[in-house]
Amino acid sequence: MSRIIPIHPMDDFKERSRSVLNDPGQRKNFRGAMDFLQAKRKSQFPDQEEREGLRDLGAAIRRYSLAHLPRLLEQLEANLTANGVQVHWAQTSAEANAIALDIARRVNARSIIKGKSMVSEEIEFNHAMEAAGIEAFESDMGEYIVQLAGEKPSHIIMPAIHKTKQQIAKLFAEEVPGVAYTEDVDDLIQIGRGVLRRKFADADIGLSGVNFAVAETGTLCLVENEGNGRMCTTVPKVHIAITGIEKIVEKLEHVPPLYSLLSRSATGQSVTTYFNLISGPRKPGELDGPEEVHLILLDNGRTQAYADEQLRATLQCIRCGACMNHCPVYARIGGHAYGTTYPGPIGAIISPHMLGLESTYPLAFASTLCGACAEVCPVKIPIPDILVRLRNEAMAQPQSDEATLRGSGAARTVADRAVWSVWSQVYGRLGLYKLASWFMSRGRAMSPTEQGAWTRSRTPLIPAPKRLRDLLKDRKS
Amino acid sequence: MSAVLDTSASARESILGRLRSTTIADAPALPDVKGWFDAHRRHEDLPQRISRLRTAMEAVKTEFHNVTDADWPEVLLRVAATKGIRNLLIGTNTAHGAVLEARHPKGLQLVPYAQPIDTWRDQLFDSIDASLTSARSAVAEIGSVIVWPTPSEPRLMSLVPHIHFVLLDASTIHSDLHSAISAEGWSGNLPTNALLIGGPSKTADIQQTLAYGAHGPKELIVLLRHTTEATS
Repeated sequence: MSRIIPIHPMDDFKERSRSVLNDPGQRKNFRGAMDFLQAKRKSQFPDQEEREGLRDLGAAIRRYSLAHLPRLLEQLEANLTANGVQVHWAQTSAEANAIALDIARRVNARSIIKGKSMVSEEIEFNHAMEAAGIEAFESDMGEYIVQLAGEKPSHIIMPAIHKTKQQIAKLFAEEVPGVAYTEDVDDLIQIGRGVLRRKFADADIGLSGVNFAVAETGTLCLVENEGNGRMCTTVPKVHIAITGIEKIVEKLEHVPPLYSLLSRSATGQSVTTYFNLISGPRKPGELDGPEEVHLILLDNGRTQAYADEQLRATLQCIRCGACMNHCPVYARIGGHAYGTTYPGPIGAIISPHMLGLESTYPLAFASTLCGACAEVCPVKIPIPDILVRLRNEAMAQPQSDEATLRGSGAARTVADRAVWSVWSQVYGRLGLYKLASWFMSRGRAMSPTEQGAWTRSRTPLIPAPKRLRDLLKDRKS
Repeated sequence: MSAVLDTSASARESILGRLRSTTIADAPALPDVKGWFDAHRRHEDLPQRISRLRTAMEAVKTEFHNVTDADWPEVLLRVAATKGIRNLLIGTNTAHGAVLEARHPKGLQLVPYAQPIDTWRDQLFDSIDASLTSARSAVAEIGSVIVWPTPSEPRLMSLVPHIHFVLLDASTIHSDLHSAISAEGWSGNLPTNALLIGGPSKTADIQQTLAYGAHGPKELIVLLRHTTEATS
C-alpha cells in the first residue's frame, strides 16, 4: 500500500531553503565562507598523487575498522576499562542522556561545560540537562556564539558560519554583561575567553566528543584549535565523552593518516593546534586531570546503516565537513535549512538512520548529484550513489524486499504511483506506446500549462508535433 | 542508578548483536600504514627537520629561540622580562626547574606546581602569567611539539597560563607523527594524557578571521636547545 504521510517534510525544507535563497546577506556569508574553506583545503593538497594515496589509505582504514567493528568495540571497552575509564552503551538519544544525567546526579553536578560535540547536538543534550535543572554551557567559540543567540550550529566544523562579525558584536554587546559594542575580532574572542575561563574553573563536569577512539590502547583522541576541548577534559572532576559507535580505529598508527586528512580537509590546516590523547583519569600521584572519565557509545540508528553493504560506507565519515564546503546546494541554502543536526551531503545520508527516512528523504532529493562531495571526501564515501539509493528507498513499496530502512516508501504517493504505473505500462508495450504517442502529438494543444514544479520557473513541456517514427517515415519516403 | 546500568548492559548486547548479525562480504585486509609512510617520508637530516618544524610553527605565531644547555635560563629570563611576566609556573623535581630555582631570578616569581589542582584552581586561572614545561620530542612534518604531562609537570601547565615556554631538545625532532609513535613505542606506554601542540591556542570561528589566544595560551615560546653552541 502506498501512503500519503500527513505532514510533508518537503514543505518545511523547501520553505526554509527559499527563505535563505531570497536573503542576499545570508547568501553572501555562505558564498564567502565556502570560497574561503575551499581555497584553504586546496592549498593543503598541492600534490595530487599524495592526496589520492592518502585518501585511499584513509578509506582503507575506515573500511577495515567497520568490517571489524564489533570486535574493536569490545577491545576498546576492555582497554578503556583497564585504564580506569567507565564505558556505557546507549541505543537511543534518550538512553545516552539518561546515562549522562545519572552521572551528573551522582556527583551532584550543577553545571556542565561542553567542548564541541556534534553527537551531543544529535541527542539534544543541552535540552535534556536543562530540563533536569543542570546548566550545559558551550565553550567552543562558535558554539558559544550560537548558544548565546539561542540558535543551532549551521556547520559541523564552523558552527557560527552563518553570522557576520557585526551580528556577533551586537549579540555580545546585548547579552554579555559589561561589554561595549566592538567589531574587532581579537577583542570579541577575548570577551569570550574571559567569560568562559570562569566557566571552565567552576564547572562540575566536562563533556566532549571523540574524533578517534583507539581500540588497542584504550585512547580517546580529540582534535581542536582553541584549547576548550582540553579545558573540558582536564579541569572538571568528571569528564564524559560521547561518541557514535563508528568512530573507532584498531591501532594507534591508524590515527596519523586520518588526523592529517581531517585537519587538511576540514579547515585547510596542515595540523590543528592541539591533538589530545586521553587514556584514563587522574592516576595516584598526578595533580590534575579528571577523577572520573566516562565514555558513552551511541548507536542511534548507526546499526541500521551498518547492516547494509552499500549504506555502511556512510559510517566511514570522520566529520570533516569538506562535503558541505564543496556542495553547491549547501553553499546556497546553508546549514539551518536542512533542519537536521548534520547538514549538507553527509547530513542527507546519515540523518535518515537517526530520524527515519520519512522525515528526511527530501534531503536526498535536494542534490544535483554533481559529485563534488565524493571528489573531496577524505575517506571516499560514495555520497551520490548513496543519495540515489535513498531516493529509491523513499519511493520503494513499503514492507517489500526493496524497502530496507525505517521510513522506506515514505515519498511514495498515490499520484506518483499512478503516473509511474501508466508510464511503465505504456513504455512496456509497443502497440500502446504507438497509440499513446500518436494521441500526444496530435493533442499537443491540450497540454496543461501548469505542470507542477517544472513550470514554476520554466515554460510548459509540449509534445512535438511529429513523433520520431513519423519523422523517420517522412525521411524514407 | 541500577536501572541505567541495566539499560546500558542491554543496549550493549543489542548493539553488538546487531553488528555481529551483519555478514561483511570481502572484509578488507589490515591497511599498510607503515608502508605508506615509508614510501612518502622525507629523508631529512637534523637541520632540515629543525627548519621544517620552525617554519610550520612560526607560521602559526610560535616564537623560537635557539638556546644551549648553558644559556637557556638566561634567554628565558630575558624574554620573560621583555614580556612583563611576573610569575612562572614550573614543575617539581625536574632538572630544568631546579636550574631556574638555583638562579633565584629577580623580578620573576617561580611558582612550583606542587599541590593538586583542586586546592588552588582559582589562583592558577586568575594569577599565573606563564609556565615552563619540557617537551618530550617534536614532529617536523606537522609542526608540533609532543608534551607528555607527568606528576612533575601536570596537564594544565601547558594550557591555563597565558604564555607557555617549552624546552625542546633539538635532537628529539622526528620527521613525522608515524615515526614518532613507532620510534617512541607509544602503543605500549601512553600516559593518561599525551599532547601534540602546534602553536598558541587559536580560532577562526568569527567570520573566518584568525584570532590567537582563544582558551589556551596566547603565546607559545619554544626554547630550542642544541647540544652544541648555536647561533641565535
